[in-house]
Amino acid sequence: MKNEWPLWEVFIRGQHGMSHRHVGSLHAADEESAIKNARDVYTRRNEGVSIWVVAARHIAASSPSEKGPLYEPSESKVYRHPTFFDIPDEVGAM
Amino acid sequence: MSAYFEFLLRMGDNTLILGHRVSEWCGHAPVIEEDIALANTALDLIGQTQMWLGLAAEVEGKGRTADDLAMLRDAWDFRNVLMVEKPNGDFGQTLMRQFLFDAFHLEMLKGLTTSSEPRVAEIAAKAVKEVLYHVERSGDTVIGLGDGTAESHERMQDALNLMWPYVGEMFASDDVDTEMLSTGIAPDLNQLRIAFDAHVGAVMADATLTIPDSTFAHKGGKSGFQHTEHLGHILTQMQWLQRAYPGASW
Repeated sequence: MKNEWPLWEVFIRGQHGMSHRHVGSLHAADEESAIKNARDVYTRRNEGVSIWVVAARHIAASSPSEKGPLYEPSESKVYRHPTFFDIPDEVGAM
Repeated sequence: MSAYFEFLLRMGDNTLILGHRVSEWCGHAPVIEEDIALANTALDLIGQTQMWLGLAAEVEGKGRTADDLAMLRDAWDFRNVLMVEKPNGDFGQTLMRQFLFDAFHLEMLKGLTTSSEPRVAEIAAKAVKEVLYHVERSGDTVIGLGDGTAESHERMQDALNLMWPYVGEMFASDDVDTEMLSTGIAPDLNQLRIAFDAHVGAVMADATLTIPDSTFAHKGGKSGFQHTEHLGHILTQMQWLQRAYPGASW
């Protein structure tokens, strides 16, 4: 494992996408080769127009064991959903 | 054989044979990311082959197709340079061969985008985008491995020493090249060599590799006079299905 290249998380923005989406991960020696590898591994079928890579070690993640306190309190708060409003067409994609 | 037809065979046979060689890594590369990248390069080259040999078959006008030219010719009819026949060797040799060919290929295709033959210019315009990526990738890998560990540096220097005598043939002008230049179909190989030397020199300097001080060049591939013994072996692999089951289709 010592000789493995660092792990990178890959985000691709598609042809009509508004934002970059996480598509997977890969190994690469540095950020430039990570982008090249992402191009070869994740855009072979014309999936993207933009690539972001992030060294996986820079991603801080929430802990699955804290699921209860983190997420359950919002389950009973339906009034936070904007479904009670009509959104004018002029606003566009949200 | 007309010079134009022969020139198109040279373009198509280079990409066909190198595409086949690179495809031999599929499933065997050191890491999966490189495996997929090499397979992508091989597919690009095979796609370019379809265009070059397709046009060659039309120009020949004898009813042959790109597939006929690829699968039903024997070694002496091939017009690829000797470098692309060289066995893959280790990963370093494959990448060195790739970079040296890519650097030539890029300059050739850039020149062909202004060809007096519109069909040639169209194919070149499509292919040059693919090859810009190929040479960026192979060049960066040559730098990474050349300026890497002691072992990777030594392997890359060995690879450069091994491949360098095959560089000269790509730029050696003969009657076909002279006619292509005078009719405005293809660029001047001497001019390409200047751009090639600048590009390759810069990459090798970054890679801390030393270009051999020799202009000796193995020749005989693009003229079809004398291929290496490796071409026949490639063809037995590549053509056996069409030879054993003539006309078999997908």
